[in-house]
Amino acid sequence: MASIRFKGITKKFGEFVAVSDLNLEMNDGEFVCLLGPSGCGKTTTLRMIAGLETPTSGQLLIGDRDVTFLHPKDRKISMVFQDYALYPHMNLADNIAYPLKVRGEAEAKRHARAREVADVLKIGHLMERMPSQISGGQQQRTSLARALVYPSEVYLFDEPLSNLDAKLRLEARGFLNHLQRDIGMTAVYVTHDQAEAMALATRVAVMDAGKVVQYAPPMEVYRRPATTFVANFVGSPPMNLLPVEAMIADGALHLEADRVSVAPLPVSRAVAAALKGSSKLTLGVRPEHLSIARGGEANAITGQLFANENMGPEKLVTLERDDAARFTARIFTDEVIALEATVTLGFASEHIHLFDPAGARLPMDGEPA
Amino acid sequence: MTRYLGLYFARIGFSVATALIGVFFALPLVWFIFAPFNPRAELGLSIPDPFSLTNFEAVFQNGFAMRGLWNSLVQSVGGVILVGAGATLASYALSRSPIPGKSLITYILLLFSSVVSGSAAMVPIFLIINGIGLIDTQIAVILVFAGGLLPTAMFILRDFIDSIPKSYEESAMVAGASPVQAFFDVALPVIRPGIVVVVVWAFVSIWGSFLIPFILLRSSEKMPASVAIYSFYSEAGTPIVTLLAAYSLLYSLPVVILYLFVSWKFGFRFFGGIKA
Ligand SMILES: Nc1ncnc2c1ncn2[C@@H]1O[C@H](COP(=O)(O)OP(=O)(O)O)[C@@H](O)[C@H]1O
Ligand SMILES: [Mg+2]
Repeated sequence: MASIRFKGITKKFGEFVAVSDLNLEMNDGEFVCLLGPSGCGKTTTLRMIAGLETPTSGQLLIGDRDVTFLHPKDRKISMVFQDYALYPHMNLADNIAYPLKVRGEAEAKRHARAREVADVLKIGHLMERMPSQISGGQQQRTSLARALVYPSEVYLFDEPLSNLDAKLRLEARGFLNHLQRDIGMTAVYVTHDQAEAMALATRVAVMDAGKVVQYAPPMEVYRRPATTFVANFVGSPPMNLLPVEAMIADGALHLEADRVSVAPLPVSRAVAAALKGSSKLTLGVRPEHLSIARGGEANAITGQLFANENMGPEKLVTLERDDAARFTARIFTDEVIALEATVTLGFASEHIHLFDPAGARLPMDGEPA
Repeated sequence: MTRYLGLYFARIGFSVATALIGVFFALPLVWFIFAPFNPRAELGLSIPDPFSLTNFEAVFQNGFAMRGLWNSLVQSVGGVILVGAGATLASYALSRSPIPGKSLITYILLLFSSVVSGSAAMVPIFLIINGIGLIDTQIAVILVFAGGLLPTAMFILRDFIDSIPKSYEESAMVAGASPVQAFFDVALPVIRPGIVVVVVWAFVSIWGSFLIPFILLRSSEKMPASVAIYSFYSEAGTPIVTLLAAYSLLYSLPVVILYLFVSWKFGFRFFGGIKA
């Protein structure tokens, strides 16, 4: 196992900057998820660790070795590909044992080791089959087995679960989490599914347009999203965001928007600084922190009922406002709730997030910036 | 009712017409199968009576013709090896490397190849081969064929290799394989169906060619079957039908056998790999 360090890594394809000035440190034994929308540069970042892409500039270290220009075969890494990349002309035993074959291991020995790993992954009985003769879930586990069959310093995953159906994906996710607890591998895991990142990561690097916008443990990303982009990407459904007019009066922050009432808030230093140039802020509230207002809430927002979805243990109530902006509440009840055409949602002051006009988080005083 | 009757007759008419066309094309084939066994074969179709192998006896005694079959085999196999190996390596490189304008390279080569194998280039080819002193050698024939067929073979194979995910070799390299190992262990087996197609096509092209060996070779003992077949013409230029028929059958057998072998062994599959 080893740590990974990106020092000012930039990757360009022609003029297009896929990854821009990346500085990241991943500790030994950490499970880091690269999270972001499609095309933001996650795969490119991962492929640079693998050696399948060469950085345009910058330096990459695995452990203490500078691997920036090292061939993949010399990096002591394992990788699970999104399309699994199982060799179609080899049976499962040969597929899983291939890394050992390359290392000159004798056939009997490498097949025994492949079988061992396959048994752990519950595909041991399929060793004679060809990749085309097994299900998608089994193919996924085969590619995982091939990555685990030899000891590596770093394990890389490129959306390994995205080709599985929902139920299998949950199962495989649980298994990966178990594996991580078991062997404590250093892993870099690419996904566009925030739930996967939250479930697996020790730290999440949220990426947008080739840049890392926040790099923090999952709960930190959830509780204190660094930008509106992160707030909008993490959480299911994502955080509700609303532009508001802000002013400071009598030593308190007053927020105003149509059909919204917010109790005066304490003025943090960040807010004070942000309001020097502008009076516009963005207010954010997570759906799970909203409830149907019964009157007397400190803060409330009103709109027309747009949708009322039953999810089993919870309801998703969405209201639509005059400017077509929507606000969703996640209400934990298995009762059926009857709603009028006009709905008011209430929320507590402690659950308010504030962002400046550029989208950066405005921390409360005492909160780590 | 009359409408159905009309359809019915139209259907019959169509079937009769297609049957006639079918017979028209089948006749030469039937002749081709029967005539070699008929000691009195003529250009007309007739059932052999008696069924005999005397035509073949005469053909087997013609040393020039027999050596022709052997020479054809040498030239075809030699050309196929060059085309197969060259096209595989070249198209793999073209498909996987980030050379700018690589499509242009293939297209230009393709353009030149149709010139090389065309009769317009025969004089320059003759002069070049003469210049490097390879006139009247089998190797000259093999080289010219390889040069003429390579671009098309590369074009076909590159398309095929482009359709194979890079992640096969990438996963092999991440697992510790060198690029050469990854090519032989993983890429080559997956590309094989494409190579088979190219090999069969190249073999058939060389086996059937007349002009290039006719121009580049002098001595009769190096001529391939396509040229040697003229030994079954009389001085006056009229074909000796009986022997010609027997020899033609022998001449076509390797190609038929190759097709049968390949379709038994590989099934002429074009796309390998598993669904992602
Ligand atoms: N080989 C390449 N050539 C040109 N552009 C590329 C190449 N690979 C990736 N890109 C571009 O770089 C951007 C980031 O790609 P990628 O890292 O695959 O994104 P992600 O994995 O986050 O979806 C995309 O816009 C993609 O089109
Ligand atoms: Mg990707």
